[in-house]
This record gives sequence, C-alpha cells and structure tokens, in this order.
Amino acid sequence: MKQSLCWLGYFGAYVVVSVTVSMAIAVADAPRQTISDAARKVVKIYGAGGLRGLESYQSGVLVSPQGHVLTVMSTVLDADEIDCVCDDGMRYRGTLVGADPSRQLAVIALETADAPFFAMAVEDPIDVGTRVFALSNLFGVAVGDERVSVQTGVVTARVPLEARRGAYEVPFSGDVYVVDCTTNNPGSPGGALIDWQGRLIGMLGKEVRANASGIWLNYAIPIAELARGYQDILSGTVPPPPARDALSFDPRRLGIVFVPDLLDRTPPFIESVVSGSAAEQSGLSPDDLVVAVDGRSVPSRDAVQRALGMLADGDPVRIAVVRAGRVVEVDLGPRPPLRSGREVRVPAGKEGL
Amino acid sequence: MFTSHQIHHRRLSPPLVLLLMLATSVVMAEGRFLMADEQVEVAVVAAQQQRIDAIQRGLPAAVSIFAGEAGGGAGVLISADGYALTNYHVVQPAGVAMRCGLPDGRLYDAVLVGLDPTGDVALIKLLGREDFPYAALADSDLVDVGDFCFAAGNPFLLATDLQPSVSVGIVSGVHRYQFPAGTILEYTDCIQVDAAINPGNSGGGLFNAAGQIIGVNGRASFEKRGRVNVGVGYAISANQLHSFIGFLKGGRLVDHATLGATVATSADGRVVVSDILERSDAFRRGLRYDDEIVAVAGRPVRTVNALKNILGTLPAGWQVPLTYRRSGRRVDALVRLAGVHTPAQLAKLVSGKDDVEPRPSGAEHQTAEPPAELPAFVRPLYEARPGFTNYHFNIVERDRVAQALAAHAPQGATEWVLEGRLATGGEFRVMLSDHEGVIDLPTGTTRVDATGDLDVAPNPPGSGGLLGALLVWRRLLRDGPSAVGRTEYWGTMPIFSRPLQVDAAVSTPLPLMDVLNTSVAAIDARCVVDGIGRVIAIDFWHQPDADPCEVRFSGMLANAGTVAMPAVMDVWRGNDHFATFEITSVRMNEREGR
Repeated sequence: MKQSLCWLGYFGAYVVVSVTVSMAIAVADAPRQTISDAARKVVKIYGAGGLRGLESYQSGVLVSPQGHVLTVMSTVLDADEIDCVCDDGMRYRGTLVGADPSRQLAVIALETADAPFFAMAVEDPIDVGTRVFALSNLFGVAVGDERVSVQTGVVTARVPLEARRGAYEVPFSGDVYVVDCTTNNPGSPGGALIDWQGRLIGMLGKEVRANASGIWLNYAIPIAELARGYQDILSGTVPPPPARDALSFDPRRLGIVFVPDLLDRTPPFIESVVSGSAAEQSGLSPDDLVVAVDGRSVPSRDAVQRALGMLADGDPVRIAVVRAGRVVEVDLGPRPPLRSGREVRVPAGKEGL
Repeated sequence: MFTSHQIHHRRLSPPLVLLLMLATSVVMAEGRFLMADEQVEVAVVAAQQQRIDAIQRGLPAAVSIFAGEAGGGAGVLISADGYALTNYHVVQPAGVAMRCGLPDGRLYDAVLVGLDPTGDVALIKLLGREDFPYAALADSDLVDVGDFCFAAGNPFLLATDLQPSVSVGIVSGVHRYQFPAGTILEYTDCIQVDAAINPGNSGGGLFNAAGQIIGVNGRASFEKRGRVNVGVGYAISANQLHSFIGFLKGGRLVDHATLGATVATSADGRVVVSDILERSDAFRRGLRYDDEIVAVAGRPVRTVNALKNILGTLPAGWQVPLTYRRSGRRVDALVRLAGVHTPAQLAKLVSGKDDVEPRPSGAEHQTAEPPAELPAFVRPLYEARPGFTNYHFNIVERDRVAQALAAHAPQGATEWVLEGRLATGGEFRVMLSDHEGVIDLPTGTTRVDATGDLDVAPNPPGSGGLLGALLVWRRLLRDGPSAVGRTEYWGTMPIFSRPLQVDAAVSTPLPLMDVLNTSVAAIDARCVVDGIGRVIAIDFWHQPDADPCEVRFSGMLANAGTVAMPAVMDVWRGNDHFATFEITSVRMNEREGR
C-alpha cells in the first residue's frame, strides 16, 4: 500500500514535470505555426514610386476569400498597374476598388476565389500590454515566394495620432495602437498587427513623426477602424476627405523678414533681419535671395515657409542664399517648434552615431 | 530604394550612453517588480528560465574586439583553443594583431587567421588558453521565422568592462538575400532578426533558444533614422560559416562560388540560363543557354534570389549536384564551382592597393616579411604569402592532416603493387614506385615517369591521369606533405557519391572532409581525407581548366594489416565513368622488382 502511494507520488511528479516541460515547449514553439498561418494572408504590393524617397512597394492583408486586400492609401497605389504577390509567390494584377482618405485605407481586389484571409472579428480595444507580431514587407526584403518579415513586441499605448508626414499633418486623427518595436519602416504600411492567437488587431500605418517630439512612431490603425473603413469602401459610403493643410513655418521666428508677398510667386528676398536673432547671428543680411532650404530649392516665399514646415522640431536649419552673385550657405541652428509654446524634445537617436 | 549597411562602430555621444543605461535600468526594475508581486504561470516561468539558461550558455563565448582608432566590434568563440568568428569589416581595419575581451573580464591577444571578404567573415584566434569557453554551431536550416533568438555583442563599443550586451528578439525572416557592395560583403541565405543590431554588434553571435550559434550578426537596414537599429538586422547563417571554417582555418583568403553562368526569370517564372562561360565546368557538364535550373547542391531553385542564396553560401572549388531541365528532359550532373574573383582581384580588394599581384601558383616559396610594426606575440604566428591571409595557419592545418594520414600509411615500402579485377571484367595490376607508375589493363600497359613533373602523359588514356593521381597518393602517404611538389591545406569539401543520387536528401550542414592540395609544376592533386585519416578521394588535374581524373576510394581491404587500403577504386572523368577497380590484394615490396 505504502509502495503504491509512493508510485502514485512518482506518477504525480512525472505528470507535473511533463506538463511543465510540454507547456514550456509549447511557449517556445507557438509562434511558428501562428506566424506561418498569418503570413499566408499578407501580400506584397508593388506600384508607383521609387523617386524622392517614396517607396514603390508596401504591404497589405487579405480580408476576404474573394481576394480583397486591405491596405494603406498611399502614392504606391497611384499606378495603372498594382501588382500583388502572395505568400506562395503567385503574382496578381490588382484592381483598386476604392479608398477611404479619412482613415487612410484602400481596398484592392485580386482575382482569386479561395484566398486565406483574416476575419476582422476581434473587438476593440485591445489591452495595453498585449503581445503582438507585426508582419510586413519592410524594406522590400522579401520577393517572390519569400515570406514577409515578422517582428515581435507589445502594445504600449492607445492614443490619438498627432503626427505628420513630410509637410503635411496625417489626416487620420483617431486612436492608434503604439507598439514598442520598430514596425513602421519603408514598405511596412499595410502590414498586419496580430495577437499571439494569430488574429488581426491592427494595420501598420505609414512612416510618420510625432508632432510633439519629431520622433518616428511605430503604430497600427485599430481593427475597428479597419472593419468600418472596409465596409464603407465596399458600400461606397466613404466619408469626404479632410482638408490637407500644409504645415508652414513662419520665417520671422528665425528672425528673417521677407519682402512683402505681393506677387503670385514672390521671390524670397530678405528685407530685414531681426537683431539678436538666429538669422542675424548666422550673417544673413538684407537683399540676400534665399534659394534653398535643407537642400530643397525654394522659388517663392511660400515655398520657404513650406520647406521650413517640413523640417521636424529641432532639425538643423540650413539655407542657401545668393549674395552678390555668389551662393552662400548658412546654418541657423535647430528649428523651433512648429507651434510656439511647446517644449522641443530632440530624440536621442538623432545624434550622430 | 532602401539601404542596408555593414555596421561598423562609429563614435558615440556620451549623453546617449547615459540615456541607454538609464532606459535599461528602468526596464530591469520593472521586471523585478512584476516577478515579486504577481503570481506567474508555471509555463511562463519555465520559458523565462529557458531563456536565461540559453543566454548563460551562449554569453561566455562572446568576444569584444577593440581595434583602437579603427573602431571595433564583436566576435564569437567556436572552439576551446580560441578560434573565434567575426566579420571581415570588423577586423579589416584592425590588421593582423588585435586585443579581445571576454566576459571573464580578461583581455586576450588575438591573431588574424583567415578572411572571407565576399561573405564578410573573418576567423581570428585568441591566444593564451586551451580551455576557452565556446558555443557550438547549430544547423541553421532548422531555424524558422518566429524562433526566439538573441544577439551578444559590443554595440556602440559599450563593452569597455568586457561584458557583452544582449538583445533578444525573434527570427523575422530566413533565406534572405542582401545585395553586395561591389563584389564583396554579400549576405546570402542570411537570417533576419528584430533583436536590436547596432553598430558594434558586427561579428557577434546570434544564438538560438539552446544557446547555440545560428549566425554571425553583421548587417542592418538603416535609412532615415540615423545609424541605429530599426528592427531589421541580418546574420550570416551558421551553415554558411560551417562550409567556410575549414578554408579560414587554413589561413586562406577565401572566395565564394559561382556557376559561371548568369540566370534570369523567364516569362513563365522559370529560372533560366541567360549566359554561360564556355570554359566553366557547368558548360562542360552540358549546361547551355535557356536551360532551366531546377536545383543546386540539393536545394530547389525557384527564384533568381534562391540561386544566389545557394551559390553565395558555397566556397569556390566545391563540386556539387546540379539539376537542370531542357525541353522537358531532366539532367543531373556534378558541377565544380568557380570563384567569384581571381586571387589577384581578392588580394586587391583586401589591401585596397592596385599593385598586389599574386605570384604564379608554381612559383617557389616566397615569404614576404611581416610588417615591421607587428607586436612580438604575433610574429611567430604570422606568415605573409600571396593568396593567403596568414600562411602560418596553413602549415598548422596541413601538418595536422598529414599526421592523421601517417597513422594509417604504409611505412618504408618502396614498391606498391595493387591487383584485382575490373567490375566490367578482366584483371588489372598497378605498380607504384619512386621511379614510375605502371598499370596493366586488358586494353594494354601504360606507364608514367615518377621522377619528373608527372605531367608527361595522363595515363592510362581516357582516365585523365589515374597513374599520376596514384603516384601523388603514394608519396603523400609514405613520405608526408613535403615529399613531392608543394602541398598545402586546401580547406574542406563534401563528397557526393557517384552515380549521383539527386533525389536523396542532402543532409545539412554538409559533412565535410579535409583536403590537401599538392602542386607539381602545372599539376594539381587534391586528396580528400576522412575523419580517421584515410584518403577517400583524389581529384587530379593534368592541366588546369580541364576535367580532372576523379578517383573515389571505398571499403577497406581486409588483408592489408594496420594499413588502411581501399577495397574499391572508382574512376571518373567529367561525365564519363572510366572504370571500377575491385582491389583484391596490395603488396608492399621493400625493393623494386618487376
């Protein structure tokens, strides 16, 4: 009797040990299957671009068995031919079904009947702290039947997106999920954010920088917005696009006073320089003609304001002027915040490494 | 479109260091807080313990390399006697001698052993111990997307206390291809990770959940965010490293393989030959324009990237299976791969100078004096020679293999007589001595003078030089590597058996064997030596750029005593089978007599 109890004890210990071991193994092995199942629902999209820092490729997710691909609205889709390459290497010519400018989403149709797809069934909001995988064709690394890239991280916040892309505010202003890994890279837009059960919980957005700090954001558009955007695009009830205001920066805040803006395209001649300002310290003087800001040619006063607006807070302001027939380059130091009164935080990563 | 760069270290601003340290300490404090206050699931604790164990297994092998003004980086120890892998771009500015730190807190002298500029790999040897901690190379073909991994390295040269930094993540992609810079620093079949890879991580190990090496980190995609991690790093796969380590240990300046053909994707998605060099081995094996490449080295080719990935992981000079298709007919062949560069091109790339011209291969021993400024510790461990990174280590490897050969070799006998039957019928007799080699075949008797350069006649006719191959074999076994011509350690190579069984699974990593190369005038003979010191194959070139005589030994003759003598000798040339010799007796005569 005593002996059999003892055996029972051994058996119990064996069960505990084996369950523990198998659970540990399950933890280690879980991602492989989840990821490979999810990756079959992510497509590589190729379209217009390839110039001036604009990529000609991005990502998308299959959201219906009929081959509807949901992706981020971008210049990549401004092409007569949009090519979509699935996980198995099959290449489809996609048709743009429609776009939702306010949510920055678009739907492309592929001619396929039995595509694997993400059901948009997860309920928002997702808990902060949820472990996630991001799947996208970042940097266009994967081609043909090569699998898209996978990264892992945690949802760190759900916050309204206050960000900009180049000179423009990002029109999407709802909440987004911020993640703690570098998910939003060239080629990432349209990629999938999934949980450890493999369910779609968000879509990676374009590369944007936070208005407040200028740092690059890693974020995803939440599933609820994706589902609504998809329905609106299919039913043709897309809300009107918001006005896109270019962000402009008043050069007077650097101490530069231009000649009055009387013409359609007033040449940016400096009329005067505020004493004690950055402009004065850098040696700018009246009658200088500004020809470039940060290497960008500026033919008019408006163009100077927009070019200054495209810089992030704290970015160095380098301008070129023509003075007495010669081009002179001057450095005006860090650009003050776009909206005065806000604290400027220079991201650490911007220091030269 | 995008940029990815080798990740040299550059100077780091002190405020950033402080910020990084602060961020790390906050994360650690939170982790401890969570552990103390909450009931954590058993499986989670077990997974965490597994992670800790893996890191503790891998970490002692992490090397921090400091090269003074030239920067520095990381490395990883792969053997107890101090061999460590790193990147070419890390050691290239450092020169022959360097200082390396280990997590035990000690600095060790190290010497450069071998360089592979094309693959961005270097082998160095740490000095002073025979019991270095090291990590094993894993089979990187078993690595899959989603697998846990961690990098141990010297990002931003933070390891001034010699403690490596660890960053964890998952495998983001496998079999990735990253374009070269010119013809070097090409990352083929590499492993993509989201573990933070920063400048200074270069050359450090990428480890799996068992603490084994799955790759060597060396590259990351950077774009507009400065030269810091954006979650996209690349590691050279362990299986590629495995294939090159032999060559690197031999002190060579290593080259990668090319087929001698260019390919393109056809309209229907096949990978087809778009151009081919007529003097390439692939051409001699029958590959022609517009043929579809189906598989190389046991791996299927479905995209141009796939072919680049396969070839990029193979050393120049290997002979691997090639399957191609022409009008529906499938052809299998063994093809010998050429190098991406000429030796002169490689030397020029490494030195950065235009005037480096390796001497002709037949030239006599030409030892260049090592640079005068070399530290004392490295002088006895360094020898400059064209085509080599450090010839000293070639002698070390050559002598190691020669010693293994000597253990099974017949000593003293001057005349060897091999007799038996041909598989196709008829008898044969081979006599080998210091003066000549003679073979009696049903088709007649031919001979080769052994006192000259062995290149008079590739007898018996049609074999490509079987007698020459056997004469080199005899001298190598009987008299050692200094006996005939110049013998060097060549590297390692897999042997694919003939007739080719292309559908048989090719095991990974490939089983490799040591190869010695003997040059006599224009003749090259490569003897492949197995793990117990038997010659199992000889490739004998009677003239360069032609098909060699391929001798494949198998079995072991029962009545040869302690001497290892093969029972079967299979001889091929190009696509043609010359003969299979079934050896029934080997006689060792003290005196020549016939």
